[in-house]
Amino acid sequence: MQITVDMNLCESHGQCVFAAPEIFSFDDEDRLLYEAAPDDALLGQARKAAAVCPVRAVTVSPAAS
Amino acid sequence: MRTADRRELIVVGASLAGLRAARTLRERGFTGALTLVGDEPHPPYDRPPLSKRVLTAPGRPPGVALPVPHELDARWRLGQAAVRLDPVERTLTLADGTRLPYDGLVIATGAAARGRPAAEPPPPPGVFTLRSWDDALALRAALAAGGRLVVVGAGFLGGEIAAAARERGLDVTLVEAAAQPLAHAVGTTAGAYVAALHREAGIEVRTGTTVEDFLTRTDGRLAGVRLSDGATVRAGTVVLALGGVPSTGWLAGSGLAHDGGVHCDPRLRVLRTDGSVVPDVVAAGDVARVPQPLAGGERLALGHWTNAVEQGTAAAATLLAGRDPARAPGPFAAVPSFWSDLHGARIRSVGLPAAADETRVVEHDLAGRRLEISYHRAGRLVGALTIGRTGRLASYRLALEERLVPATAANAPAAT
Repeated sequence: MQITVDMNLCESHGQCVFAAPEIFSFDDEDRLLYEAAPDDALLGQARKAAAVCPVRAVTVSPAAS
Repeated sequence: MRTADRRELIVVGASLAGLRAARTLRERGFTGALTLVGDEPHPPYDRPPLSKRVLTAPGRPPGVALPVPHELDARWRLGQAAVRLDPVERTLTLADGTRLPYDGLVIATGAAARGRPAAEPPPPPGVFTLRSWDDALALRAALAAGGRLVVVGAGFLGGEIAAAARERGLDVTLVEAAAQPLAHAVGTTAGAYVAALHREAGIEVRTGTTVEDFLTRTDGRLAGVRLSDGATVRAGTVVLALGGVPSTGWLAGSGLAHDGGVHCDPRLRVLRTDGSVVPDVVAAGDVARVPQPLAGGERLALGHWTNAVEQGTAAAATLLAGRDPARAPGPFAAVPSFWSDLHGARIRSVGLPAAADETRVVEHDLAGRRLEISYHRAGRLVGALTIGRTGRLASYRLALEERLVPATAANAPAAT
């Protein structure tokens, strides 16, 4: 799967970090860090993260095969 | 595949919680008829931007529509308030007299802005509240005229409106009845910090006082306010930001318990005044009063964005499960969270700071725009708030989640 985050939209709400801590985290300056191509086992977490982002900055796409 | 689903489900309330409930019904395989009822004429939209960029954006106001997936396949009854619910006959009556039968119903009518007490004369033109898109456009137009703005109520909404007006270059006075903004919500330390942010931005913060009276010009328009401490403030625009009142007036006579919000059991099923469960009716979002384990089980209506999302999703799951215990979801146990953006400071919170009897300040740096406070009740963590330290919230949230999950597992037999 492929994760993209529109950093122009991101306001560091943290909801994705709560929903999918294995994919998303913050650095010391509250900037979002994320794994762009996480294991497909985390798909459920990733979808939840996208669903709870208040600014809809997170997109989850299946990996191109 | 099952045979065609002939059930008719109605979602009353076409905002965030209602839309999430409707989406979840479809995502979980409901193929019957789905109707969304909304009192506003607009398709679903997002409210947090109304007190932020909708007020500040130059040029045309920005769009705030919520995405409605094509697969929703819903009948829309917009601009039609629900006026009556009969849970025995299973009908919903709309403002135009239409009666809709239902097999299952989601109550997600949200809240309305609290105005002046009904006993007082209506305020003059120039006095606003902010809840809806139309409210936001009206306020945006008033702010464009410039002058001084008085915001009554220094909660999160009032603070954001004050900050937005200041960003537009208006003179702003923020009036708060308590000694400190937000003190009841997040304690005096965070409240004083937020007051300092406002004052640094050039906002006049007047605490411990309320609006006694509106001053008007000879043409009847607003000229300012007289405060209970005797002071007068000249202003062309006043916003009342006094909190929300759950929209339950249409439930009068329904037999549902709805004082301070629709009373729910831990699975978001709606209760009668005698405490029994109303079959096939659930509630979600600002209108729902749900037992909160972090507040000792007290039923609270939380007016937060994430609460509307999570309860909308959970209420739909409960509704679809019906009386089938095998499909029944567990009690609703999401960790609450909320946020506010003020003068570039990102306030982020998890849990229920308002339920705390003790606060512990971990970091306090006004110049560096950093704050970290944990909140406790009877010695146990119930919440946390940060500014500029969102990354630190994850561990607090995890601790709260771990506390809620075993607690709800223990409660599960009693809830079925």
